[in-house]
Parts: sequence; structure tokens; C-alpha cells
Amino acid sequence: MEGTLTSCSPAVNPNIEKPEDMVKTGVLARFQNFLRKCLIAVISYGPMPNHIAFIMDGNRRYAKCRSIQQGAGHRVGFFALIANLLYCYEMGVKYMTVYAFSIDNFKRDPKEVQSLMQLMEEKINELLEKQSVIDKLNCKVNFWGNLELLCEPVRLAAQKLMASTAGNTGPVLSVCMPYNSTSEIVNAVSEVYAERREMLQREHDGDCNGQAVNNGVHPEISVADLDRHMYSAGCPDPDIVIRTSGETRLSNFLLWQTTFSHLQNPDALWPDFSFRHLVWSVLQYQRAYPYLEQNRNLAKKQL
Amino acid sequence: MYISRLYIYMFPRAYITQNWQHIHHLGLSRNTTRLPCLDRMAGKQNDLAEALVRSGLRAELMPQHVALVLDGNRRWAQARGFTTPEGHEAGGVALRKIVELSCAFGIRAVTVFGFSQENFRRPQASSHSSIRSMISVLTEEVDYIMELIERLIRDNMDLFMREEIQVHVVGDPSRRPASLQDAAREAEEMTRSHSRYHLILAICYSGRWDIVQACRELATKVQDKLLRPDDIDESMLAGHLATNVLGDQLGCPDLLIRTSGELRLSNFLLWQSAYSELYFTDTLWPDFGEDEYIKALKAFQSRERRFGQRKVM
Repeated sequence: MEGTLTSCSPAVNPNIEKPEDMVKTGVLARFQNFLRKCLIAVISYGPMPNHIAFIMDGNRRYAKCRSIQQGAGHRVGFFALIANLLYCYEMGVKYMTVYAFSIDNFKRDPKEVQSLMQLMEEKINELLEKQSVIDKLNCKVNFWGNLELLCEPVRLAAQKLMASTAGNTGPVLSVCMPYNSTSEIVNAVSEVYAERREMLQREHDGDCNGQAVNNGVHPEISVADLDRHMYSAGCPDPDIVIRTSGETRLSNFLLWQTTFSHLQNPDALWPDFSFRHLVWSVLQYQRAYPYLEQNRNLAKKQL
Repeated sequence: MYISRLYIYMFPRAYITQNWQHIHHLGLSRNTTRLPCLDRMAGKQNDLAEALVRSGLRAELMPQHVALVLDGNRRWAQARGFTTPEGHEAGGVALRKIVELSCAFGIRAVTVFGFSQENFRRPQASSHSSIRSMISVLTEEVDYIMELIERLIRDNMDLFMREEIQVHVVGDPSRRPASLQDAAREAEEMTRSHSRYHLILAICYSGRWDIVQACRELATKVQDKLLRPDDIDESMLAGHLATNVLGDQLGCPDLLIRTSGELRLSNFLLWQSAYSELYFTDTLWPDFGEDEYIKALKAFQSRERRFGQRKVM
């Protein structure tokens, strides 16, 4: 990708309307791009993460700090999301997951929830347009979570975006919305039961027809079964989990998948999370990498 | 007796020491003066309040359930030129101290991650001699740790009885040696009636194993037609997890402390730590004493917990 990448400065202008407006041209931008590429080439000498997960915390605090309207904090957060998606793409990080909305967040003030839903609908529809950032990167977008809980327009937009990008082969962006790790696990459990029931039913029918489908021994439910039914099936586990704004909690995000992930909690608020923060995260990951690999090799995923 | 009480109130520092022998002349029995902080005197409530005030903590913000990941024994031993078993022994001593402190601070439940399923995984057998020697070393270490845990359970029975701690041992029972199983069962039976404090020892435990075994239990119930698959929800699954022995209120840890600078969860209390505050420290486990613990608790008390919602102003 030449020169058309963003050079998003840490203080994002909250008046920008579309993500495409972040693209700047000019000598300074080209120089910044060149520097960025050099830096990425240098850190690529070490092990690079394949999957980074972000808990995008701090939008409201950002809005309060900068004395802008509450809703605008989330808008700025969205631009930071696109910027980080582009940086990850440049670095060669294939998978990126973000925690956009939790099922617990529905308990917030209804007006705030409403404005968040409107924002999401608007942004998803923008991304659906041709020539959007997603198109340029050939990015595949997944929505993980219990989509039934969303209101109709948002759900339809999300499903449309998933369908239109299903065949893309570029970086994979997984948006967790609305998501709770505990409900993901319960969902996987009920799907495993449904699968087992079908299997038993087929066997029963097979027996009735006089054929034994197998000798009647059923393997017990295992980790692999649950893995297959998680929303993240097919996606590798996150290598790094970054929670911005300094809080050290997982808040019910990817509990099952983050066993060996490196947890980081930089103090920067999400809209402030820029390229230098990302580089620092990767460097910390590279520092801890030998130990992480050793533990991963010693452990097996199956029980 | 009254004169000795007066002595205690006038010179409290005499009790803040592990060496209790110099106060033998007061005629107090051994068991009542083991603790480093001001406890075991008349009026438990006053002692608790005093202990908290001295350490700068607030009683109402104290976590109800603390989970500890004991990491760093081996590195501690290497740094000091001790052998690995000695490192683990030092870890055991530190653990006893932290359990005593938790009781003194009024923390109702402590879960300790002693040994995970992953530790049992040895590298694949290969003809390489270094791998084989590594395997044998790991096997020995695993056996030693099992034996140490059994010894810890038996030796600390006096603490459990004195502080009314109910002991639970969770984890995959098929992977534990028989003697450890017996010791665990005995400890659980002897402390069954206690309800003030709870200590959960997670041995051969893994978060994923826990969820899968809860899943299997529910599957048998569904098969026996005791429940329908649609009835299964989060609270039902949570009710079948191994840490359910603590009930709903105490089931999830409020604070999870991981020592020795590791920034990972390592498959411990996956489900239950959904909303726990995580505290990571670079101190190695045998060095994790009262000061570090108070620092961790202070960090916990300064955090704003929202559980996904906004704090109502």
C-alpha cells in the first residue's frame, strides 16, 4: 500500500466525518509513512504476534478530558479503531479482535445505549460502501456475540457486512458485539449438546434400520468440542490482549481463548492509543515471547 | 492475667514478631501469639479494625475472595543459590503467612493455584538425551511438589482448626497421588463444620477442565432427562464449577494476584475471574509477604469497579 495509509496523530480531530478523511497527503505524511515503515521493518526482526485483541476502554473519559460531548468520545474511538486496524495490517498482524460492546453494557443509561447503537449502525453502513477502508484492505469482518440482542437495523447491517466480506482474504477484524465470554461458553455448551443429540438420533435411526453406525461408545465432551463451537472457531488464540486506560480486568472478554495471551494494560485512553503505543506493546510481547512459547509448548490444548 | 493484658496493650510491638519465645514468661500459650499482626487478643473486632488502620486499608472495601497464583519458587531458589525443593518449601512458608494475614484482614475466601494440569505435561518422549533428562527432572519435581502439598495440608491443620478455615481441594482427582487424595479428604472432613473462612487449594486444576467437567455433569443430567438443554444458562453452569463450594456470593474472586511478573492467566479460574481485578507483581512468590500483600490490597481498594455499567454519580 503506497502513501494512502493514514498518519493518525494522537490527538484525533473529533470533527472528522469519515475515516477516509484521515488520509492525508503531502510531504510530511509521506515522510511519516516512510519512518513508520522503517520502524516496522526493525521490529519485524523479532517474533511478531499473529492476533491482537483490544479492550477499547476510555472513550468516555477521553470525552470528559477534552470537554467534548459524550457521544463524540465514542466516535473518536471508532477512528482510533480504524487507525489501529491499518497499523496492524502494516505490521503484518493478520487477526485483530476488539471488544466493542458487552452484554452488561445494556444495563447502562438507555440514552447512551441508544446513541451507541446508532453510531454502530452508521459506521457499519459506511464500511459497507465501496471504496471504504475495509474494501481497500480486503478485510474480513466478523461479528462475535449474541446478535439476537441487537435491535433490527444494527443486526441487519452487521449481517450484511459479514456476508459481503466473507470471501475476503486479507486481515480479519472480529468485532465483539454484544459479547460476554460466559454467554459464549454457555452457547458453545448448548450447541455441543444439540450436536450430540443429533448424533444419538442418527445412531438410533441407524440401529432401527439394522445397521450399527458405531459400536455405541460415545467419546466424552472435550475441550476440542467446545473450541469448535466458540464464536472464535477458526481463529487462533490472541497473542496479546491490550486493555487501554490502565484498568487490569478482563471484564468477561475471551476468557476461554486468552490462556496464554500476554496481558497488557497501558495507561493511554483508547482514542489516544496510537502507533507508538502499539509498537511498545509489540516490543513487550517480544520480550516475554520465549517464556510464553515455552509454556505453550509444555501445555496441550486438550485435556 | 490482667497484668499481662496491660503489658500487651502498652507494648504491642512485642507481639509483632515471629519469635514468640521471649514472652513465654507471660504464661501465654504458644498458639495464641503466632501471628505477626495484632490479633488473638481480647475483642476480635477491635483487633481487625486496628490491623486495618495500621496498614492503611479500609474494611468496607476489602475483597471477599482473593485468588493467588503461586509463581516463582524455582526462580527464587536459583537466584539465591538454593535447590528447587528448597524454593518450594519457602513458597509453602509464604503461603501459610498469607493465609494467616487473610484471616486477620477478614478476607473470607482464599483460592490458591498450587499446581496445574499444564505442569503435568511433559515434553514428548524423544531419543534426545537432554530431553530425557529434562523429563526425569520434571517428573521428580512433580512428585516432590505433590508430596510437599500433602505435607503442607497435614502440618497446617492446627491453623485450619484455630482460625475455623474450611478447606476444599479442587482439581482433577485422577491425576493426584493416592496419599494426597487421602490427606485432602481428611482435611475436608475435619474442617467441614467451619464456616468462617474458606481456603480452596486448586491442585491439578485447569480452568478449561473445570468448565468441561461442569459441561459433562450437565450432559449426564440432560441425558437422564433431569433437565432440558434449553434450561442451561450461565448460573446453572456456574453452579457446577468446582469452586461452587463457596456458593454464589463468594464464588468469584474479587482480586487475583499473580507473582513473579507473569502477565498471563494460565488457565486458572477462567470463568470465575471474568470481573476480577488482576494484580501482577514482579516479586517472586516466596518473597510475597505482608508488605506486598498490603500493597496489592491497597491497589485493589483504589480501583473503580463498574462491571460493565457506568458508576452512578
